[in-house]
Amino acid sequence: MFNGFLGFFKKEFIQIFRDKKSLLILLGIPTIQILLFGFAITNEIRDVRIAILDYSKDNTTKEIISKIVSTNYFKLYKMLRNEKDIERAFQTGEIKEAIVFSQNFGQNLEKFGKANVQFINDGTDPNTATTIIGYTNSIIGQYQNEITRTRQIPLIITPEVKMRYNPELKGVFLSVPGLISIILMLISAMMTSISITKEKESGSMEVLLVSPIKPAVVIIAKVIPYAIISVTIATIVLTLGRFVFEVPIKGNLILLFAEITVYVIMSLSLGILISTVAKTQQVALFISLIGLMMPTVLLSGFIFPIENMPIWLQPFTYLIPARWFIVIIKNIMLKGSDFSTILNETLVLFLMILVTISISIKKYKIRL
Amino acid sequence: MSNNFAIKTIDLTKKFGNFTACDNLTFEVHKGEIFGFLGANGAGKTTAMKMLSGLLSPTSGTAKIADYDIYKESEKIKKNIGYMSQKFSLYDDLTIQENINFFAGIYGLSNKLIKEKSEVVINELDLKKQQNKLVGSLPLGWKQKLAFSIAIFHNPAIVFLDEPTGGVDPVTRRQFWDLIYQSAERGLTVFLTTHYMDESEYCNRIAIMANGKLAAIGTPKELKESNSSSSMNDVFIQIARGKNYV
Repeated sequence: MFNGFLGFFKKEFIQIFRDKKSLLILLGIPTIQILLFGFAITNEIRDVRIAILDYSKDNTTKEIISKIVSTNYFKLYKMLRNEKDIERAFQTGEIKEAIVFSQNFGQNLEKFGKANVQFINDGTDPNTATTIIGYTNSIIGQYQNEITRTRQIPLIITPEVKMRYNPELKGVFLSVPGLISIILMLISAMMTSISITKEKESGSMEVLLVSPIKPAVVIIAKVIPYAIISVTIATIVLTLGRFVFEVPIKGNLILLFAEITVYVIMSLSLGILISTVAKTQQVALFISLIGLMMPTVLLSGFIFPIENMPIWLQPFTYLIPARWFIVIIKNIMLKGSDFSTILNETLVLFLMILVTISISIKKYKIRL
Repeated sequence: MSNNFAIKTIDLTKKFGNFTACDNLTFEVHKGEIFGFLGANGAGKTTAMKMLSGLLSPTSGTAKIADYDIYKESEKIKKNIGYMSQKFSLYDDLTIQENINFFAGIYGLSNKLIKEKSEVVINELDLKKQQNKLVGSLPLGWKQKLAFSIAIFHNPAIVFLDEPTGGVDPVTRRQFWDLIYQSAERGLTVFLTTHYMDESEYCNRIAIMANGKLAAIGTPKELKESNSSSSMNDVFIQIARGKNYV
């Protein structure tokens, strides 16, 4: 039986490598995607025009303003005099953000340890707006830390600084984990479901089922080559991210690849599940793209933050494996977390594998 | 007791929901026989073959394949049967040799045996020059012969052929039948489905299925005589019509 398995394994690899075009696409797409996401589709901001309305005009606000303006991110368009100016500045389309310091900003901060600042953003481009807010927040947060250091009672300006693990909010930092999740899902699930349905379509699956080789062996032998390719692609994306875009890998490499393997197995079992439903390669492709890729891209939190989704939609994101995997991989890569912090997410993935495989086996038995 | 039978079924039935695809099939196939299963599309012949080859489990009834029980000894059956599907089911992107290696490998044949035997097979089929060509580049007739040779490569007692001659020209079909006769002479039992009526005359015995039931069974000569027809085509039309319209 082991011989049969090996022969099968060999056959799969011959088939994959003989189809040079597909292989090129398989390896090329991730490379192009990571370069595109890294270079072109960047969330980074530079020289964003802002206006400032300072009702307080004290030393504290002056210091904050000079900090904001001295970065490369922002360019001061105008110091505004009153509320009406804000609207005008937006209407002419020249600014992306207005920062309003409340009256007695510095005094309030001294006396009560609390002061308010308002960011007004151009919501027509929510992604950019969110990013700009993040930048402004982090600059103010930095200032707050500086002045707090010299005091006993902490001074609070903004409630919270978001995305502190990507202080410059480099888009590519988030792209690498997100891309790996999506590409692995695509390749593992789509390629396996297509390659299994291909056997069904050509009739060779019947021949295999008549033979003494066990169906489970058939499926495992078909799936392992794609697992190897998927891990290779993950390595390519990680390497490109590390050396071209300087995305750090702070955590343990072995842990990272172990988690990647778990996620690949998850995706492969989804591919197997699809192949129990799909009769033709086209159907398998269709289900993979519409039923798997779309939700993964939309609901994993890679492009659209889950916190910003309507409450009723948020529970659906729990069903998306990539949602959990992105948390895992971000934690390991960017925060250098150890296994204990990502235990829950890992368990969720394992549970998903178990459920998917059980359904596949059941479906498979019904079919026979 | 049933030593002379390669296949013996009693009341073999397969239901899909309310639809009975095979209704109480009882028949025997002798060892070394070329047995044809005839029927219109949807008559249930493919379902019957799938049950016999282990692709489908019967709803009720029993069957013995190569003296093994279809329920209890399916693993032994698998080792002793060969199967060739309608689509010939070779891998187009593998070479002839690679296809042989793969299919022989999943039957657990040793590398040495595969090597020796594939040389014989390739010479018999006169494919020496094409040995390392991709199967996809072969004409349909060659694919068909190769698929058959691969189906019987592991020396099964019975080979199941599901509409083996679909889509090939008459000359190639004739050549293919020569191949079947050669193998039957060596003791192989051949069980095939077909809807080419002229082809059914090449079989030792045939069974005609209509609406899931076994409508007639016998040698082509017997069936022609009992239906007082001159060709199998007429026999078939009479039987299929009779079941439908009477």
